[in-house]
Amino acid sequence: MNPITFSFNIIQDLKLMLGYGFMLHAFEAGTIVAIIAGIVGYFVVLRRSSFAAHALSHIGFAGAAGAVLMGVNPIFGLLVFTSSGGIIMALLERKAASRDVEIGTVLAFMLGLGVLFISLYSGYATEAYSLLFGEILGISSANVTITLVAGLVILLAVSLIYHPLLFSSLDEDVAEAKGLSMIWIGILFMLLVAVATSIAVQVVGVLLIFALMVTPAAIAMRLSKKPFRGMMISVAIALLVTWFGLFVSFYEPYPVSFFIASAVFLLYLLTRGLQKITNFSLTERK
Amino acid sequence: MNKTSEGMITAKSLAASYDGKIIWQDANFSIGRGEFVAVLGPNGAGKTTLFRLLLGLKRPSAGELSILDEPPKRGNPRVGYVPQKHLIDNEMSVEAIELVKLGISGGEWGFVIPCRGECEKARMMMRDVGAEHLSERSLGSLSGGELQRVFLAEALVSDPDLLLLDEPLASLDIRRQGELVQLIRNVTKSRNITALLIAHDINPLLPVLDRIVYVANGKVAIGKPEEILNSHFLTSLYETPVEVLKNSQGRIAVLGVEEIGHIHTHEHQL
Ligand SMILES: Nc1ncnc2c1ncn2[C@@H]1O[C@H](COP(=O)(O)OP(=O)(O)O)[C@@H](O)[C@H]1O
Ligand SMILES: [Mg+2]
Repeated sequence: MNPITFSFNIIQDLKLMLGYGFMLHAFEAGTIVAIIAGIVGYFVVLRRSSFAAHALSHIGFAGAAGAVLMGVNPIFGLLVFTSSGGIIMALLERKAASRDVEIGTVLAFMLGLGVLFISLYSGYATEAYSLLFGEILGISSANVTITLVAGLVILLAVSLIYHPLLFSSLDEDVAEAKGLSMIWIGILFMLLVAVATSIAVQVVGVLLIFALMVTPAAIAMRLSKKPFRGMMISVAIALLVTWFGLFVSFYEPYPVSFFIASAVFLLYLLTRGLQKITNFSLTERK
Repeated sequence: MNKTSEGMITAKSLAASYDGKIIWQDANFSIGRGEFVAVLGPNGAGKTTLFRLLLGLKRPSAGELSILDEPPKRGNPRVGYVPQKHLIDNEMSVEAIELVKLGISGGEWGFVIPCRGECEKARMMMRDVGAEHLSERSLGSLSGGELQRVFLAEALVSDPDLLLLDEPLASLDIRRQGELVQLIRNVTKSRNITALLIAHDINPLLPVLDRIVYVANGKVAIGKPEEILNSHFLTSLYETPVEVLKNSQGRIAVLGVEEIGHIHTHEHQL
């Protein structure tokens, strides 16, 4: 149990909290991940690619298991497996909309490898648990640096291909006729999702990846029909719930990912509920 | 301006095939600036394939094709395109005007959020196609006819000389078909744009079209409506009896074509 209690002086509380190295690291990594997940998640939802994000995080699990087996930092296993898995998926099927079968096929194969790695490594249970549900409070400063580098690469990549990515998400055939390569955009997009899920797994884990990669963007899309604004709202929501989760978990002995997943789910319900009410009153007035 | 003296599209002994299977061949035609051309023919005859050649997405298997005296190339800014299939479902909650803006900026690399002219251009284009009131609506909430107007604006916003429309009338009722055809006619005429429009039913196009490209039976024919749409011509094109009927209001029905289309797909499979 944590002996420190919440004092209602948030500035004071934060000061105290960030005085602990592990909390500072968690806030740093959590902030980077939330920004990246909010942005990439927007495209994931726009391109109807939640299944790809789901599959890539699970593939990352297999990669991390392999890395642990070889005595390497799991984040490298995550990055290598999700990236190669993403590229294979993009190459197998050009059209993002009809990629389900290819994703499922690659997912099954990679998870098969994961099972092998786990069976080969005896002391795996706790490692597996933190991969599945996230272990942000234990993140090392080396991993914070890796997360920062990965985050900056994604930001740079998204800002370079923003228009083509958006165009191909909305009107694939016209974008192709305009000279954009759907193969390359598909590969780049899957790489973005791969790297984003790899770093997000550290915060929410493989099983809760949607809490940061899908739900904030889904809420944002209900709140704004302008892509850039939507992306910023998605980032804001991801940041809000991540900070909230970290803050609360400092006082409560429950997992951060639980607080994040619950907070974002409540926001989602709230948005839908409020929209139902406003739509209802609008139609009534007519 | 002398309209047809300037060639927009020229095809000489043109052929198209997929994996060695010839779709149609020996097509010879030229289409002038400002012409409104209907592209007709049964399903699977190769109409969309002709568009793919013009867009530079596919190479001819034989012969020559040129647009404004240049071979087709992908990303040609002089060609606007409305494809047959779209990704938009009713969950697509992005403003219609964003798609039109991407008609200008969609191919640009780099990240510039403030508008540099494309917002104003997109707004004016939406106005020109009578869709100003749809600008802020989400794409997923638009009806078939409204969406076609947005696609039209998206295709026209980059100021093309040639407009390719693949079955834009497919999911519309007869009244909406007539309205959209008139709209396309008006915007292309006022900008002196050549329009090729793939359609299944010729009737909504009869009041506006200049010529017809007829793709069938492995061949491509071109001519004025009265030259193409008669029993004699189509019978010789298909090499099997086809009847063209006209009712008192001038509506035209071509009988025997779809059945022939079926026979042909069977023959290919054998
Ligand atoms: N990518 C492709 N690979 C192989 N065959 C194709 C391809 N695209 C179209 N075809 C075939 O070419 C023929 C013409 O297709 P298409 O041009 O789409 O016909 P239309 O638009 O007139 O209905 C059809 O038999 C179709 O099956
Ligand atoms: Mg077609």
